[in-house]
Amino acid sequence: MITRRNFVKSMSTIAASIALMGTASLANAADTIKVGILHSLSGTMAISETSLKDMALMTIAEINKKGGVLGKQLEPVVVDPASDWPLFATKARQLLSQDKVAVTFGCWTSVSRKSVLPVYKELNGLLFYPVQYEGEELEKNVFYTGAAPNQQAIPAVEYLLSKDGGAAKRFVLLGTDYVYPRTTNKILRAFLHSKGIKDADIMEEYTPFGHSDYQTIVANIKKFATGGKTAVVSTINGDSNVPFYKELGNAGLKAKDVPVVAFSVGEEELRGVDAKPLVGHLAAWNYFMSLKNPANDEFKKKWAAYAKSAKLPTAGKPLTNDPMEATYIGINMWKQAVEKAGTTDVNKVIAAMGGQKFVAPSGFTAEMDAKNHHLHKPVMIGEVKADGQFKVVWKTPGPIKAQPWSPFIAGNDKKPDEPAK
Amino acid sequence: MLQTNTFPKHECLGIHPAVRFFAMLFVSLIFSGNQAWALTGAEKVALVRGESEQRLQMLDKVLAQGDVTATVYLQQLLDDAVRLDGDKVLIVTDEGATNVMTGERTKPSEAAEEVINNNRIQSELEASIATLNLLSQDASVRLAAAQKLQGTEANSSRLLLIAKAEKVETDGKIRALLQQVRASIELTSDNKATRLAAAATLAASSNSSIKQMLSSRLAADGETDAEVKAAITQALKKIDRDLATFELLGQVFTGISLGSILLLAALGLAVTYGLMGVINMAHGEMMMIGAYATFLVQNLFLKYLPAHFQWYLLAAIPAAFLLTALVGILIERSVLRSLYGRPLETLLATWGISLILMQSVRSLFGAQNVQVENPAWMSGGIEVAANLVLPYNRIFIIAFAALVLVMMWLMISKTRLGLFIRAVTQNRGMASCSGVNTSKVDALAFGLGSGIAGLAGVALSQIGNVGPALGQSYIVDSFMVVVLGGVGQLAGAVYAALGLGILSKFFEGMAGAVLAKILILVIVIIFIQKRPQGLFAFKGRVID
Repeated sequence: MITRRNFVKSMSTIAASIALMGTASLANAADTIKVGILHSLSGTMAISETSLKDMALMTIAEINKKGGVLGKQLEPVVVDPASDWPLFATKARQLLSQDKVAVTFGCWTSVSRKSVLPVYKELNGLLFYPVQYEGEELEKNVFYTGAAPNQQAIPAVEYLLSKDGGAAKRFVLLGTDYVYPRTTNKILRAFLHSKGIKDADIMEEYTPFGHSDYQTIVANIKKFATGGKTAVVSTINGDSNVPFYKELGNAGLKAKDVPVVAFSVGEEELRGVDAKPLVGHLAAWNYFMSLKNPANDEFKKKWAAYAKSAKLPTAGKPLTNDPMEATYIGINMWKQAVEKAGTTDVNKVIAAMGGQKFVAPSGFTAEMDAKNHHLHKPVMIGEVKADGQFKVVWKTPGPIKAQPWSPFIAGNDKKPDEPAK
Repeated sequence: MLQTNTFPKHECLGIHPAVRFFAMLFVSLIFSGNQAWALTGAEKVALVRGESEQRLQMLDKVLAQGDVTATVYLQQLLDDAVRLDGDKVLIVTDEGATNVMTGERTKPSEAAEEVINNNRIQSELEASIATLNLLSQDASVRLAAAQKLQGTEANSSRLLLIAKAEKVETDGKIRALLQQVRASIELTSDNKATRLAAAATLAASSNSSIKQMLSSRLAADGETDAEVKAAITQALKKIDRDLATFELLGQVFTGISLGSILLLAALGLAVTYGLMGVINMAHGEMMMIGAYATFLVQNLFLKYLPAHFQWYLLAAIPAAFLLTALVGILIERSVLRSLYGRPLETLLATWGISLILMQSVRSLFGAQNVQVENPAWMSGGIEVAANLVLPYNRIFIIAFAALVLVMMWLMISKTRLGLFIRAVTQNRGMASCSGVNTSKVDALAFGLGSGIAGLAGVALSQIGNVGPALGQSYIVDSFMVVVLGGVGQLAGAVYAALGLGILSKFFEGMAGAVLAKILILVIVIIFIQKRPQGLFAFKGRVID
């Protein structure tokens, strides 16, 4: 029972500890570097973004253990924008002007990135964005460590067109109704046209966020597939994927007949799913947990150990995925750039970022492009296995350069491959 | 010739069993040629190493040998039992690992990796196994193989084997299937007459994969001859006619299925809101608790009764009902009791409760979705026609919703508690005067409504996500059903749920999911404006 006296007492304890924390950080201000972490820890995106926050904390702890950056310890400042897009901007402003963070790692959905962008431009902050996205953006204040369309969407569709991918002649572009799927599908439609596929052979469908009844859509896909060899490109985001894949399995739509390639389904998204009906369906990423190489073995081991020591609820089954890897690469590259620049000054760090290299858990050396703020990354296509992991069935021989301005959107050929100064 | 006696009479179709047996043997001999019967180690290695193209060429060679025993290795390959261990190729089974080159027993090293079979190789492997199985002695194996081959892609190296098998086939059903398989391969033949005959044969099928094959043949780079084109178009038209009826049936089924889910979600609310008048914003969270109860029961079964895991769902039904009913009674006793007759405060209080419940679940189980597995008997479905599969989980939910509805109706109209609930909701003062303990009835009624929401949670856990926000996506729909059906009416809720389900599936088919959702909301708004009392007005002396 909380009596009133108890309540007052506990409130004053909280107040006192807040005050203490305040003075503590003031006292340390001189010998730490503050790092902002801007990921939704509640609301609809918590499912995906919580693990990115934890990955950022693990990487920071690892850097601190090795002596920090420029002899200073990193001090994470974690805020929760609660899957609320305008709140992202508020929290970003707070991180930059109140906490004075040197850099921020954060955002998942494109709409949240678009929301914080004006803040980072106005206050000249630095943001590392770790998720695959639709491109059509190149900002001086942002480094994109996820994939651009030519590092995920285009190669995936090329694979579906190839003999090994089933030589599809018709395509269903299925997505959640917001900016990322719509833009990606616009690019893909133009790409398919360039491969001689006509509009009559492309079906485009959108569902609202959180849609859970895919019976009609699966029936439509089935009907569409009778017109020729069909593949589905899914940009469905979040947990709508679960009912979608369950419906696919129950309706008897096998990966061998109609393969579904997804751009937003990874190990973490399949955690809450019985993967057996999904076996054989595809996902395109730049990293999979199942990759076998020394860098990934170490990465997975570190993550499992961290999840256990931090008592994360997922510690029983620690999973890594592509955006987590991108977060890990981003923080390490930022550290290298700060050490090269000898300062955390945003303009100098931006200048030092170009050409940074890091041996990524994907087994390849990721390299920050000298000019366009995107990573050179390998592209991989994985098939879902019964345990929710992916086996890689195709990959590029090496990392490829990002094209943030997709050549499949008219007018992009004139845009410069570097941010405006 | 003892085994020939086991052939049923109707299978013989005029060919003497012994003749058939020798014919089979003869076919096998032709195809085995001078080669060894079993696959050689080198062939086994060639099937797993290199590019897909080379592996498939090897598969064609293996197929040409017509050796039924090869299916064993192909099946192992398909089941991921074949591993690459450095330069060795191993078959790993429960008994241990065998090196395919030497036949020696070894232990796989740490680095041993599964052979990667992409979808293309997998379907070729399956088709090859099925083709080889056509040579089997067992009619049921041959039938399964022939069915499997329906609609597989054209491959001329399989054609030879299939044509031979068709010739010696004695079972009429299998032979008809094989004819279609052969026709679908011959559709790409160089001979025009063969193509025409193939199109005519295929018109008899109502298989959607054959339709796919015919329509791709019509595409730009396919058929050039006008006469054959006409024949294919004719065949397509016939197949389309066969499929159209089932398509309509499918639409109705999905509508009823969505309706049954809406009904399950709304039934509990029909009691708490419809009968008791409590605007219960925490109704969705009751479903969420029911779904988490299912999750817990599933884990208990996994831990203590793994042998009976199949039946965890049946145990979850009473568990979820009791747990949510208990939570409901607790909420009613602690919070709602003092708020009767103050709808605005009730709304705020129950909304607060819903937030508390969501956050507690998040703290207990984490913000991420938990994994609720479908029991095996819920996966898959009944194939009514090639384009109409009725999934078991949907059928189960429709039956479950009907069962819950009947039980609830019996409870409300036939039991003493039901009588009390009706009495208290119609005239609280009079019921109290007649000696009904109204506050106890309130608690039980709220518990009943919550328990039914818990049952809805069990059903929802089988088709969607189980996460802290599960209830949020159903609360609006539930209110919509209850309000549309007419507050205080059970029958109204049933009609409203089925109506909304079928209507929204109909719109979705026409305009897509996003527009369908909007259209439904617009229709409901207009309807409520024109008829605020809902579909069915409550006829009686209701005291407000």
